[in-house]
Amino acid sequence: MNAVLAAIALLILASAGIALTLRNIVRSVILLVVTWFGIAAFYLWAGAEFVAFAQVLVYGGAVSMVVLFAVLLVRHGKAGVAETPAPSGRIVSALLAGGAIAGALAGAVALTPLAPAAGPAPFAPVRHIGVLLLNTHAASLLAAGAILTVALLGGVVLAAGGGPEKEDGP
Amino acid sequence: MSTLQACLLLSSLLFSIGLAVAIARSSAILVLMGIELMLNAASMNFIAFWRFGPNPEAATGVLFALFAIAVAAAEAAVGLALVIALYRHQRTIRLQEATRLKG
Repeated sequence: MNAVLAAIALLILASAGIALTLRNIVRSVILLVVTWFGIAAFYLWAGAEFVAFAQVLVYGGAVSMVVLFAVLLVRHGKAGVAETPAPSGRIVSALLAGGAIAGALAGAVALTPLAPAAGPAPFAPVRHIGVLLLNTHAASLLAAGAILTVALLGGVVLAAGGGPEKEDGP
Repeated sequence: MSTLQACLLLSSLLFSIGLAVAIARSSAILVLMGIELMLNAASMNFIAFWRFGPNPEAATGVLFALFAIAVAAAEAAVGLALVIALYRHQRTIRLQEATRLKG
């Protein structure tokens, strides 16, 4: 197994696993940003540079900022960023469910006879991806744009729309 | 174990961590982050199969991952807007207390 892949896997799994256990929401989110950068490193390792850049721009840039803004907007008093823990039964059931899914998936991956690995990394230059996006997949690209537009409009309506604002003062 | 299996194992473990985050945490924001982790694990599978697949020239896995990232960004925007709307109405984002749909 590749040493670079092992390092990337360690970064991804360690940051996600620690984020699972932290009680402070801001620290959890920052560790999840580290996880997203690790996933971008995985894309770079696999030779998909364009996806890696998209991952850094969308997750490392946009989504992380939006999430941190949301955390700070919904902070309630001084203890707002410390999450009250869930009931222990739910934590146990979550770990059981996650472990069961992980075991089932790992068993399926280990037992499936997959084809031997290809040779050198395939090359997907940005020009090639752009030509494919604008020729073969132009309809999908337009649909994705429409989804993004509608979703952002809906987000603005939801977050800024009217409704009974309860004023209970700080 | 081949490298492809190692990649699939990594994405499986990441998916499981995301599932555990989504079930165990009580803050709505962290539940959304767990869902994002699961989506990212699925994109990693696309890239892994593209990298080690028989026909990488078609770049299908890359395009699938790109569209998945775009849709995940839309999902994150709508989800966080819902969290903010929930907070404006009920002054909490704990999922145990958010039991009403009425504003």
